Amino acid sequence: MSTVATLNKASPLDALQRWLPKLVLAPSMLIVLVGFYGYILWTFVLSFTNSSFMPSYKWVGFAQYARLMDNDRWWVASKNLLLFGGMFIAISLVVGVLLAVLLDQRIRREGFIRTIYLYPMALSMIVTGTAWKWLLNPGLGLDKMLRDWGWEGFRLDWLVDPDRVVYCLVIAAVWQASGFVMALFLAGLRSVDQSIIRAAQVDGASLPSIYLRIVLPSLRPVFFSALMILAHIAIKSFDLVAAMTAGGPGYASDLPAMFMYSFTFSRGQMGLGSASAILMLGAILSILVPYLYSELRNKRHD
Amino acid sequence: MNAINRLAAAISLTCLLPLSAIAAENGTVEVTHWWTSGGEAAAVKTLREQVEKDGFTWKDNAVAGGGGAAAMTVLKTRAVAGNPPGAAQIKGPDIQEWGSLGLLTNLDDVAKANNWDALLPQKVAQIMQYDGHYVAVPVNIHRVNWLWINPQVFDKAGAKVPTTLDELFVAADKLKAAGFIPLAHGGQPWQDSTVFEDLVLSILGPLGYHKAFVELDESTLTGAKMVEVFKTLQRLGTYMDANRAGRDWNIAAAEVINGKAGMQIMGDWAKSEWTAAGKVAGKDYQCVAFPGTQGSFAYNIDSLAMFKLKNDNDIKAQNDLAKVALEPQFQTVFNQNKGSLPVRQDMDMSQFDACTQKSKVDFEDAEKGDGLQPSMAHNMATTLAVQGAIFDVVTNFFNDPKADPATAVKQLNSAIKSAK
Repeated sequence: MSTVATLNKASPLDALQRWLPKLVLAPSMLIVLVGFYGYILWTFVLSFTNSSFMPSYKWVGFAQYARLMDNDRWWVASKNLLLFGGMFIAISLVVGVLLAVLLDQRIRREGFIRTIYLYPMALSMIVTGTAWKWLLNPGLGLDKMLRDWGWEGFRLDWLVDPDRVVYCLVIAAVWQASGFVMALFLAGLRSVDQSIIRAAQVDGASLPSIYLRIVLPSLRPVFFSALMILAHIAIKSFDLVAAMTAGGPGYASDLPAMFMYSFTFSRGQMGLGSASAILMLGAILSILVPYLYSELRNKRHD
Repeated sequence: MNAINRLAAAISLTCLLPLSAIAAENGTVEVTHWWTSGGEAAAVKTLREQVEKDGFTWKDNAVAGGGGAAAMTVLKTRAVAGNPPGAAQIKGPDIQEWGSLGLLTNLDDVAKANNWDALLPQKVAQIMQYDGHYVAVPVNIHRVNWLWINPQVFDKAGAKVPTTLDELFVAADKLKAAGFIPLAHGGQPWQDSTVFEDLVLSILGPLGYHKAFVELDESTLTGAKMVEVFKTLQRLGTYMDANRAGRDWNIAAAEVINGKAGMQIMGDWAKSEWTAAGKVAGKDYQCVAFPGTQGSFAYNIDSLAMFKLKNDNDIKAQNDLAKVALEPQFQTVFNQNKGSLPVRQDMDMSQFDACTQKSKVDFEDAEKGDGLQPSMAHNMATTLAVQGAIFDVVTNFFNDPKADPATAVKQLNSAIKSAK
């Protein structure tokens, strides 16, 4: 009799306990479903309509995608993304790993130096872009300084050169992100078992080959996380371009995110903008899906 | 107990009703705009004070940024949500687009009571109407095809004020030889296109301009004269600072004001920079029509479009705003600050400087013939999509010193076709 009574008493609380996590998660779940997946779906629908200035639902099939393929500016933006993304990821990784390995040599004042390299990450891209815009501007920055110091023939005009302006974006983005890559790898390096390194040293391996053959290969997961984070910074980078070049000179430094914003919101071509947004989503998924697939498959093997 | 609670709730709710009615008695007009720079904000303040003096509430909704793009995004969101502001800064062909969505109200009563048909130039009145009814109130007329000159710099270089394109190049050569930047310019798409538009007006004339940018006529767009426009544009580019990319127009204007550069091709809002620097029109600086465009007037008209509202008191406030915006006091203060021409035809022009007075004379001249043309670079001539397509081609051409004018003409035509 008494056991039944306690069961009855406990059951509402039990039920609550079972439901509580779901209840607490429900609002954020709803927001994600509507605000994220719902609007992806809406953008997808809009990309098949002739929406111009306001959303409309007149179906035009793949016409917007065809127009996008004909648009010279879209191709410039896409090529810029490949160039910018590729160089940004590669250089940030190399510089970050190099800095991490050097810092890993038990040097003095390591904490101080680490902070210096990590600090750029604390700035927003807008600040980075503005600062580098001034530094690289031929009329006021490094170029002028070196010429004022007497190096008359010096000319650093990449920022106003349509063929080279993308490299300026790479410089600024690498400056900002490589410290972060360094921190990721430094954490990874610290977790490597020191006895492995000592064993290699006993076997007579040189320091470079210890790092290249033993330590860095064991940091594969860190490498993948860094790659994923850098890739998504590259694809969504809008603020850096907006602050640094605003897509110019001409539209030589345009990136897909800038293209999407300008067509959807400033130029009243919502359908075309949506089509470009969907293609950007496709680009991200084409990196993300194989990665997730390999991650999940590995988990099963473990 | 339950019944008493319900009763209490019902009573307290009914008590609130008259309260809300009282609160709404004084109508409110909400205004979405991007007049946020110093002089503009001061000008809007006079409008606000007058509306408040008439007993209405002004709800300011200033959205800065992106040359109005940010404000437009806010406006679209609110219109989609069914909650548009009473008035918004919308201009040119956009008025027709908003009108076709059925969102704009009818201002015919205000127009009739205040005799807008007689007050406004006919062309301006047309732009403010959708389907034959007034839906917007104009506040000013900007002239785009101006050339701003620093006479001290011209004297030092021994250059003469140009009236034709050939003379422009002669003057530019002299300025260059004397070590000045001949043409101050900021490398932003709209600035590049402003220069391009002036060249089209100069080389093709007002009728050719109309065919190219309003009718988007293919044979005009691909003609030999258009190739010449691009050639001239390229040549003009060699007289500009190579480091101009991304520079704002007011920084370029400052170069002319400080005597580093000799000229600037810019609309009459550039005058606000000269005024702010304490310079006097006609003495410290000169304004002349862009060489070859004498007798033409490329206009850019700012206006407030009025949205359909539900509350009668708010509609009264909205109508009051429409009336006040055209009253001489606001027209004077606003246009003195903006550097533009008052939209009322019966204004006393002695309160304005030499440039605005000249603008007025030129406007009346241009109105008689075909000279009065809408500015393409400032979204008066065509849709945003076509304008964007022109911007892309022009700015891309202008920033590539090796670009071929004949190719650019073909690109221009195909870009416009795909944006139509």
